[in-house]
Amino acid sequence: MAQIREKTDVCVIGAGHAGCEAALACARMGLETVIFTVSVDSIALMPCNPNIGGSSKGHLVREVDALGGEMGKNIDKTFIQSKMLNVSKGPAVHSLRAQADKAEYSRSMRQVLENQEHLTIKQAEVCELLWEEQDGRKKITGVRIFTGAIYEVRAVILCTGTYLKARCLCGDAITHTGPNGLQAANYLTESLEKLGISMRRFKTGTPARMDKRSIDFGRMEEQFGDERVVPFSFSTDPESVQIRQDSCWLTYTNEKTHEIIRANLDRSPIYAGIIEGTGPRYCPSIEDKVVKFADKERHQVFLEPEGRFTNEMYVGGMSSSLPEDVQLAMYRTVPGLEHCKIVRNAYAIEYDCIDARQLYPSLEFKDVEGLFSAGQFNGSSGYEEAAAQGILAGINAGLKCLGRDPLLIDRSEGYLGVLVDDLVTKENREPYRMMTSRAEYRLLLRQDNADLRLRRKGYEAGLISREQMDWVEEKEQLIQSEIARLKRTVIGASAAHQAFLEEKGSAPLKTAASLAELMCRPELSYRMLAPLDPERPKLPEQVVEQVEIELRYAGYIERQKRQVDQYRKMEKHRIPEQIDYDLVPSLRLEARQKLKEFRPVSVGQASRISGVSPADISVLLVYLEHERRTNVL
Amino acid sequence: MRLRETDTIAAIATALSDAGIGIIRISGPEAFRVVSRIFVRQDGTSPTAEWKSHTIHYGFIEEDGELLDEVLVSWMKGPKSYTAEDTAEINCHGGVVLLKRVLEAVLRAGARLAEPGEFTKRAFLNGRIDLSGAEAVMDLIQAKNSFSLKASVRQLRGSVSREIKSVRAAILYEIAFIESALDDPEHISTEGYPEKLSALTEELLMRLQKLLDSAEDGRLRREGISTVIVGKPNAGKSSLLNLLVGEERAIVTDVAGTTRDTLEEFIQLKGIGLKLMDTAGIRSTEDVVEKIGVERAQRYAREADLILYVADASRPLEEDDFQILELIRDKKVIVLLNKTDLPARLTAQELQEALGSREVPVIATSAKESTGIEEFVQALERMFFSGSIGSDQEVVITSLRHREAIQEAFDSLCQVRKSLELGMPEDFYSIDLMSAYASLGRIIGEEVGDDLVEEIFSKFCMGK
Repeated sequence: MAQIREKTDVCVIGAGHAGCEAALACARMGLETVIFTVSVDSIALMPCNPNIGGSSKGHLVREVDALGGEMGKNIDKTFIQSKMLNVSKGPAVHSLRAQADKAEYSRSMRQVLENQEHLTIKQAEVCELLWEEQDGRKKITGVRIFTGAIYEVRAVILCTGTYLKARCLCGDAITHTGPNGLQAANYLTESLEKLGISMRRFKTGTPARMDKRSIDFGRMEEQFGDERVVPFSFSTDPESVQIRQDSCWLTYTNEKTHEIIRANLDRSPIYAGIIEGTGPRYCPSIEDKVVKFADKERHQVFLEPEGRFTNEMYVGGMSSSLPEDVQLAMYRTVPGLEHCKIVRNAYAIEYDCIDARQLYPSLEFKDVEGLFSAGQFNGSSGYEEAAAQGILAGINAGLKCLGRDPLLIDRSEGYLGVLVDDLVTKENREPYRMMTSRAEYRLLLRQDNADLRLRRKGYEAGLISREQMDWVEEKEQLIQSEIARLKRTVIGASAAHQAFLEEKGSAPLKTAASLAELMCRPELSYRMLAPLDPERPKLPEQVVEQVEIELRYAGYIERQKRQVDQYRKMEKHRIPEQIDYDLVPSLRLEARQKLKEFRPVSVGQASRISGVSPADISVLLVYLEHERRTNVL
Repeated sequence: MRLRETDTIAAIATALSDAGIGIIRISGPEAFRVVSRIFVRQDGTSPTAEWKSHTIHYGFIEEDGELLDEVLVSWMKGPKSYTAEDTAEINCHGGVVLLKRVLEAVLRAGARLAEPGEFTKRAFLNGRIDLSGAEAVMDLIQAKNSFSLKASVRQLRGSVSREIKSVRAAILYEIAFIESALDDPEHISTEGYPEKLSALTEELLMRLQKLLDSAEDGRLRREGISTVIVGKPNAGKSSLLNLLVGEERAIVTDVAGTTRDTLEEFIQLKGIGLKLMDTAGIRSTEDVVEKIGVERAQRYAREADLILYVADASRPLEEDDFQILELIRDKKVIVLLNKTDLPARLTAQELQEALGSREVPVIATSAKESTGIEEFVQALERMFFSGSIGSDQEVVITSLRHREAIQEAFDSLCQVRKSLELGMPEDFYSIDLMSAYASLGRIIGEEVGDDLVEEIFSKFCMGK
């Protein structure tokens, strides 16, 4: 029988949040791209929580946007409520979170994909990867789909999410399906293992969805969105997002709920040992919360709409894999849910994924040229984490096809850099979620300056237009000149000035001070100082914001910049790929084993591998210098 | 972990044991500035312009108006130095306490204590050691670090190590609280938290100050010259110890055998630190408790750097004295001929003869009348500055490392206090709390790793 045989540049396997960004990036770089999905109706599906962003995840969305990705633009078009979190805290931890209309989000993203030049959507299950071996190095050459058709490619990006050998558990009711009852992908794992990739198994879970009409919202606290909504995308017109918003609702579990859970623990597949996969600790099931935090009298429960045109409500905070009858009983103890009707049961899902230490920081496999991967397949969790890796893997697959050097983002440049470095360097025993505490230079990695940090990289990759880049450069220049002007402009200790300060609740001046110095006083702001500053130019709000942050937190920011200088020196110190650690004398055994196994790309990365001591790093530095000098001679 | 290549480092560059001169080496871009902050010429001025390379300068090391030592400083401009960086070498008088004090002054003037093997590492990386030396350099770095780590852990007393762990745990809990509140603001509120953290910071600062104080008076540091007082029962060992310490510490009675355990005191005499151990009198005994004390005294005497042998001038030499003389045969000894206020039954002459051909200072003292102390200190100084006694260099360096780390943690917590006073948002506190946590971890050889994430998940219930 004649088989279809097609040629293309890049294949993306999976059309979730990672796959969409990866495919769009490649196509936008001008490469012929095919994106495979088991169901075209599930493109950009949100099978768990109905929101985008949140602490540190909001940062990732901004970074994806700065690089030229789609997630931020798409949520700006389809959100139904939006909040800036942590506004009472420092600017580095302000983070956007929006409730999405799930169906709209998915539909709108599908539309973008469908209309993207150079991009083809194909509903098919990829069953096998094709490769060749040259000089002991494996190189990807194509994929075979279920029907037998073959696509010859130059690069493949694996974005299989939770679909590989997926198994859903609701008590003892087990189905071999992917999320939302979708078809699982049962063949690819074997092909990956043949290719020499080692697989592991993770699990995650989602709470029940309820019928809005069965909920008594009168017994819950209403949660509103922000009065003035800030868009995610740097290219969204802020006026376009000032829409009517929907509310979420807050209620609590109680002792009765916990009693039911405790009495039925033996029926939970996790506690009964049926689930083998490792689950995430940051979104524990309600069973976990009750067992681990036994002294807590109640846990918060958020009821969040799944969309504007559906009655389904997401029950945040109560994911569970208990059997259906127990679920219903426990939900009905919660105030407002006494008569609730469950539309979809909570369930846990298990899936195959990898330990991402098999990847380079470019997200290409160390042992298989041309093979990239992103998202939950890499052991992460969350839509935003997936999208962030997706765009990076997409850009790097594209650059590979174009014969260019990979785009790398380090820990000092973005949360994306922290995410990828953690995944490819550290041992992760559970699905990895972005957290603000993981970013050591977070004062510099704010959501408000993601464009200043990353637009240039997006521009160089070809995803950002010259116009957009011009604006970032102009913005940068405006910020610097305004900071310089404020440092220059000195206010004398005149009676009028003292009276002004007194009125604002600020201490009088002892000597003349610059406007920049005055802005460091917590009780004063740029706006408040306008009367003392007649020369002030008219500046866009986002410029003022940067000026204010840079001046107010200058001391801390300077300190982090110095740390970053140190860090970068070690990152720039590359380790040649062909290094033979057995030839490095004096390395301790454990360090030698770890270095051989994970082959870090830089001395900096090596230093973050657990089991490699500072002394080992010193030894390595001496060895590299020795090699360098030997080669020069 | 710390990966620093461009800062200025300092350490004692000479072996301490038998040297009359000790050298402190400072290397890095700030080397000259560090020296100029503590170096004073004979005319009382400090150098302002950088010296010509490869010159030697006579002057004094002074800190806060206190004269520490008379020195010669060699100045070598990079790349013509051992490390190929700007390097100053302060030639001090030998003696561990003195060198340590000068080194401390250097550190306070802006240098960082060098990691084990760091000068050599820099020398190699900067091209000063040729390729054939690379392997030896790598061996040296690994060996020195491994030794230093072991020494560090070994020298920490159980109580100090427990206290550091406890302070660290308290700090980690606070960071985890702040971070979980930042990550999950809808579940965890920080209302009223600054007040709580403020109180805790004060408490932690007090606990760190205590650790610093004890480092200062030698309870943490063990770098004093380990000195054991021996003598037969009731020769007046405890009275002499009390006199030296200036406090009534040991129980003094007229009953022979009162001091059954070993007491330890740290004293400074003219800048020389002595870790002083009073022991039970050495005699043949059937009393079980006392017997243990005697055995312990004998063991300490064998391990000590210096023995103070207290002989009783009011009694002739007896069997117990001969036992002691045997025990201290190969040790550095100062003999204190005590009770010279009583009619003499034993003279310095007789003692000298009993000690054989060795040159041992014998000093007549009376604990009761407080005489002979001055002469004792002079004898001690002579031995110390001639280099014939000293203590283990590694011990000194380790204790300095510990102190540097505790000081860093202390400074970080001061920064937390400052941020609290300024009303900074919560996320700023955790930056400095984390630094403090990392600094303290270095003392007990623990890296930060995934501690925080583990703590967050184990202590705080996160949402979804």
